[in-house]
This record gives sequence, structure tokens and C-alpha cells, in this order.
Amino acid sequence: MTQIHQSDVAIIGGGLMGCSAAFFLRQRGMSVTVLETDKVGRQASGTNFGNVRRQGRPIFQLPLANRAIRIWRDSPQLLGSDVEYLQSGHIRVCFRERPENIGKMEEYAALAREEGLDLELLSANALREKFPWLGPDVLAGSYSATDGHANPRLAAPAFARAAARLGASIVEDTKIVHAEKVGEDFRLTAEDGRQFAAPILLITAGAWAGKIAGWFGEEIPLTPRAPTMSVTEPVPYAIAPAVGVMTPEEVETVYFRQVARGNIVLGGSTRAASYPDDYRSYVLPQNTMTQFEHLRRLAPALANLQVIRVWSGIEGYTDDALPIMGPSAKVSGLFHAFGFSGSGFQIGPGVGETMAELIATGATDIPLEHYAVTRFTK
Amino acid sequence: MGEHRVIIVGAGPAGVRAAQAVVRAGLRPIVIDEAARAGGQIYRRPPENFKRDHDALYGTEAARARAIHEDFAALLPHIDYRPETLVWNVAEGHVWAAHEGETQPLPYDALIVCSGASDRVAPIKGWQAAGCYSLGGAQIALKAQGCAIGHRVIFLGSGPLLYLAAAQYVKAGAEVAAVLDTSPFWLRVKAAPKLAAMPGLLWQGVKLLRDLKRAGVPVLTGVTPIEIEGDPQTGVSGVTVRHKGAVKHFAGDAVAMGWHVKPEAQIADLARATFAFDEATRQWLPQTDADGRAGNALYLGGDGARVLGARSAEVTGELAAMAALADLGLTMDADRRRWLLAEKANYAKFAKGLAQAFPWPHELVAAIPDEAIVCRCEAVTAATLRASVNTAHAQEANRAKAFSRVGMGRCQGRYCGHASAEIIAAARSVSLEKTGRLRGQAPVKPIPVALKRNDL
Repeated sequence: MTQIHQSDVAIIGGGLMGCSAAFFLRQRGMSVTVLETDKVGRQASGTNFGNVRRQGRPIFQLPLANRAIRIWRDSPQLLGSDVEYLQSGHIRVCFRERPENIGKMEEYAALAREEGLDLELLSANALREKFPWLGPDVLAGSYSATDGHANPRLAAPAFARAAARLGASIVEDTKIVHAEKVGEDFRLTAEDGRQFAAPILLITAGAWAGKIAGWFGEEIPLTPRAPTMSVTEPVPYAIAPAVGVMTPEEVETVYFRQVARGNIVLGGSTRAASYPDDYRSYVLPQNTMTQFEHLRRLAPALANLQVIRVWSGIEGYTDDALPIMGPSAKVSGLFHAFGFSGSGFQIGPGVGETMAELIATGATDIPLEHYAVTRFTK
Repeated sequence: MGEHRVIIVGAGPAGVRAAQAVVRAGLRPIVIDEAARAGGQIYRRPPENFKRDHDALYGTEAARARAIHEDFAALLPHIDYRPETLVWNVAEGHVWAAHEGETQPLPYDALIVCSGASDRVAPIKGWQAAGCYSLGGAQIALKAQGCAIGHRVIFLGSGPLLYLAAAQYVKAGAEVAAVLDTSPFWLRVKAAPKLAAMPGLLWQGVKLLRDLKRAGVPVLTGVTPIEIEGDPQTGVSGVTVRHKGAVKHFAGDAVAMGWHVKPEAQIADLARATFAFDEATRQWLPQTDADGRAGNALYLGGDGARVLGARSAEVTGELAAMAALADLGLTMDADRRRWLLAEKANYAKFAKGLAQAFPWPHELVAAIPDEAIVCRCEAVTAATLRASVNTAHAQEANRAKAFSRVGMGRCQGRYCGHASAEIIAAARSVSLEKTGRLRGQAPVKPIPVALKRNDL
């Protein structure tokens, strides 16, 4: 008879969402087990750009983003380790052939202010005075002094270690191949036959989550995509804010940030397909080339730098690019938090805290109606 | 001209012989090489206006060097030769080659990679001081630039290249302070039966040692390196080792160090070769069949597949090309193939002897002091790397890289990857194989953000 590992909450998926949820669930005194196929934080949570950016998110998402920013600021004390969070600002710019974006930026700033996010609109001249490395085609920008960036390679593992210190059980190299509800408990079976049980199950399995939700009649179609990432050699630290482009064209959506060590992380432009069944994603060289092209337009001086490495990851996209977050519509005790569609890093710790609150108390003040699973399962 | 698109990467001994075989079959291959002139590392040529002749540059290997250079010159009308060109990525059946700030994808039906080898270096406390070079780097300075790396050079490491490079420095008139070999002499005696597979090469080794001793160079075997002394302003000032129970110090202003060489397997990795752990040399190697097939229309020849030496590279380069041609439906000379395979087997036996006689000093690496730097690009100390294992629970190489930045710099783990794996294995008390393999990522070498496509 195999022993069944029992806890109050089982979490499938040890990314930033799952690990931070485990941390906040332990703070609330619930026993929790995180089940991770590989190592915690290795997939999308560890391979994304590292933007801790609120501006540009849907206005209705700002309460969640604000909750997250408080956790990022407190992270050194909360986690007992440095995840290289820098509140160094975020600048979002538009190019001269899209002047209509200035109106959109103004409109967004007015709404964001009501949610507590102050944005400063800058004309071309003011922008270049503040950020002289921006290219001549940049028309205007929106600056958020209280956004910034952090190191994705460190964040989720730091939450996992902090959760483990509080008593969470972090189980790596454990692929769950079957789950069902038996009586009051969810019964989870790993590939090697080990069994886990809990009355509450939280699915935070990113690109793999749609299938797992399907075991409970809520299969969600997720498109696995692969971001195009690059990093330069280290150069003297000179660029404080994370920088991005506001545009409706995917190929133009490049962004970059400089880490304290001096390297400049480059991201965006075209995404490729990724292969969750094989746990592989590949950077396509043609995408690296279009990324460079659009970065040179954004900040011409970047052209002089050498790129030393490119990488990608596996991100799960929903059809409307919004996550699925909240209780299941079909099975009591089942919760979802996945499909963050390439925009989950900043809100990640806020997602963890909100899911922990929802699970422990049955309610949260954070608006979740836009993320209901029912929009895909009707 | 045939319709089959064959790309050969590298114009060293393996690449030249591969190109010859492909041209012989009536095809016109693209030959891409990073260097300005063909020859590879061992037969590297100086800039055109330099005057030293083949005998002065290549010594005992002059005849082979001349043959490679002349045979390649004869191939030029029959190949699409692209010197000073970097293959920085391989994807979807295309090689991405960069030249003078521009790049384009080149489609292939067969990709023959003869990418050669680079120095296998072990971290020594103080090796980040200016004036520390790899053995290969010290040789390049001599061959391509006609200069020594310092006024008084200390050679540290193990393997035939240690003695060859030191002897070349002596011959060129440089002062060699000492040759310090970490391998004890008795291992050479033990490996003698395998080394006898190549009596000519064995005899050459004996002569090198004799030349060094005649020049009055102290040659110490079985040393344990303690420290490379120096300071950030003035660079290297000397090397301290333990030898036969005593601490010995050698003054010098430059160190050439290396423990044999290892395959430059990044292109093979990007072309999706599979890798397997080789217990004898304690490293991961791309897998091929006896002829050099690596799957996915990829063929590997020369030291880029497995380090068997420059002479063997001529054999395995030709074999890889013959395999590619056979797979493209072109006929193959079965007798020639049998002869080449037999030659390769003999070189492989010799290479086993070398690995036994001049082993990678893994115990020394595993025991490196905490304060020593392991990854020079990112200045990661052994202490930081060990902490990523012991405190942050990194259990394998890629994880340790993510947490500690080891192998994350300009060289992408080329020069610290083997050493950091040894340190992780020791910290975890597991086998080296269990620490995994650093995944290869493009670019093969750094590319500028200024790089532009020129095919659209």
C-alpha cells in the first residue's frame, strides 16, 4: 500500500504563481504541497524578460498589480534573499508614425491615476533630455517612476525556499499524470506512482495547465509561445528604467533593461512556437534579427553592443491574452491561476497572495471577474 | 555542378579534407571559416605579409601544414569559400553566417562541421591576473603575431601541447621559466603501450622534452598548483606549486596554461546533435557513428567531434564528408573508407594513451579554495558556486548557472564549464555525469546588435 502524502492544499506547477501562493498559504497557516515536473521556476517564470511593470496593463488589473508591487518592494525582508528587484522606473514610448498613441497614453494615464499609478507624459524633447539614448523616431513617452525590474531566474526559487522555510512541501522532479476528486479530496498521481491528496487543488501549471484543467471538465485551449530574448555583454551601468514600445504591431514591440551587473537584456518582437510536450523552446534566428532591427530604432547606441546569449521559454497564451484566475466553475475546491499570456511576472506575487486569500477566506477584494474560466468553457 | 547543397564549417585539417572529398564527388560546397586564411589552429597561418616560413612556423609539422595549405589553394576554384565568417546559429535546416556586419541563412542538405577544439583550462587561484593565457592563445601569439605573451613565461598544465608550446617558445628565443605538469611521470610510463600506437608522435614527444632540458628549462611533473601571483595593476608575477612535498616558486610575467583541448561543439549542439557523457575524459561529447554521422543531416569531423589530434582530423574530416555524400546518394569508395576507419582507430588508441598519461586534474579542480575565481567572465568564486549548490539547492550545471552566473559571460562556459561541473559534483557528492551539461545557446560567439540581414 503506497503512502498518500496529505495536505490542505496541493498546487500543480512550481512557477512564480505556485511558489508565491504556497508562501502566502503557509503564512495563513495552511499546509501546502507544491508539485513541480522539473525544478521550480525553470519555465516561463525563469525565462521571461523580468519586467516589474504596471503601466500598460488593463486598468482593471491595476489593483492586482499594486498588490504585487508592495510584495516586490518588501521581497528582501519577506524572502530573506535578493531577487535583484530595482524600482528604477519604466518608460513606454511611441514612434512618430503613430501619433494617435499620444492620445491613448493621456487617456491611460488619467485612468491609471485613479488606481494609484502616477504616470508622467513626456514630449519628444523632454524625453531625450531625460533619456538621451532614445532614437530620433521616438515621438513621446509615458514614464512610471515606481515600476522597475527584477531577476526572473531568482524570483520563483526564492519564493519556493521561503515557503519551504515556513513548512511548505516543495516537491520537484514530480510530474502529475492523473488527478481526480475522490470524496472530499483531490487525488493526484505522479508518473512514478506516488500519491498526493488535498481537499483543495490549485493549478498554476502555465502552458501545461489547460490540459490539467481538462481532467476536471474545464479544458482550456492555450497556445504555447516562445519569447525572443537576448542579452548583451556587460557595459557600465547607465540606463535606469526598463524601456518598451507602445504599438499595435507585434514585430515593433521590443523592450530592454540594464541589470546592475551591466548587461542589457533585450526582448520582444516576434514570438515563436514552443513545445510543452517536449519541454523545449527555440529562438528562431530570423526573430533575433528583427528584434535587433527594431531595437536599433528605439535606442541606436545599442547597435554597438555584442549579444552573448539568446534564450526562450514556454509561455501559455489564452485567446484574449488575459489569465484564468479564480475558482473552478465545475468542481468545488478547485482553483486556477494560469494562462498569463507572457505578462505574468510583475503580478506573480500578487497572484500568489490573492489566490492564498481566496482559498483561505473564500473571498478577495481584488477584482477577478475578467479572469473567469467560464469565458472559455461555456 | 550538383544540386546537393553541402556546407562545411571550418577550414582546418578536417575541413580541408572534407572539402576535397566533396569536390571530388562533383559538388561545389560552401566552406565557411572564421579565420582570414585556411589552416585551422594547428596549421594557423600568419597574415600574408609575415615572413617566417613553414619550417620556422610549424617545425616537425611543416610538411603537413604545407600540404594542407597547398591542397586548399587548389580547391579554391571549386568551392564557395567564405573566410572571416562566423556561423552564429543553426536552425530549421539553415546555417546563419555573419560576415562584415551582415548575415543570411544558408540552406543545406548536408552540414559537415569541422569546428576544431579549444583549450581545456582548470581554474587556479589567481588565474584572472593579466598575463594568463591558454596554451592555444600563447601559440596563436607566436604563430599569427610573431610575439611571445611575456618576457619570462611559465607553462602550466598537462598534455602534449604543454611541451610543444614551451618548446616553440624556446625555439623562437623567448625565455621559458619552467614547465609545470600536474600529471606524474609514472602515468606516462603506464600509458606507453597505448602511446606506442603512434611511434612517430611518441618519439616527437621525447624530442620535445630533450630540447627543453637542453635549453635549461626546469621541467617538473606531478606538481600541485597553489597560486598564480600577481596584482590587478601589473599582472602576473609568478607561480607557486607544491612538488615532492616542497613549495616551489617560479617568477615570471606570463603564464600559458592548459590541460589538453576539448571539442568546440556549440554548432553541433545548435544543429541538435545528441550528447553523451564520456567517462574517460570526464566531459560530454556529441554522438556520431564511426563515420561521423550525427543525425539531422549533420556530420562531424576532426577535433570538433572528439579530440584525436590534427593528423586524425584529416582522416575524420574525409570520413564525415564521405558519409554525407553516401547519404546524398553518391557513391563511396568502400576500400578508402575501410582504410580511413582503420587509421582513425589507431589514432583513437593513441588519444586514449594521452588521456591516461596527461589526465584532466579533476581532484585539484574540485578542491579549489573558496576564494579562487572559477568563472573569469563573471568573476564568480568557488564559494559563490558552492553556495548556489549548498544554500540555493542547484543540483546541476544549468541551475548553478542561473543562480550564480557561472558560465553566463562572454565565453558562455567554454572555459569554466568543465571546472564548475567538477565543483558542483564534489559539493553534492555525486558523479560528474549527474551534474548535467550546460545547454548550448546561440550565438556561437558574440554578435553585434548592429548585425543586419542582407538577403531580404
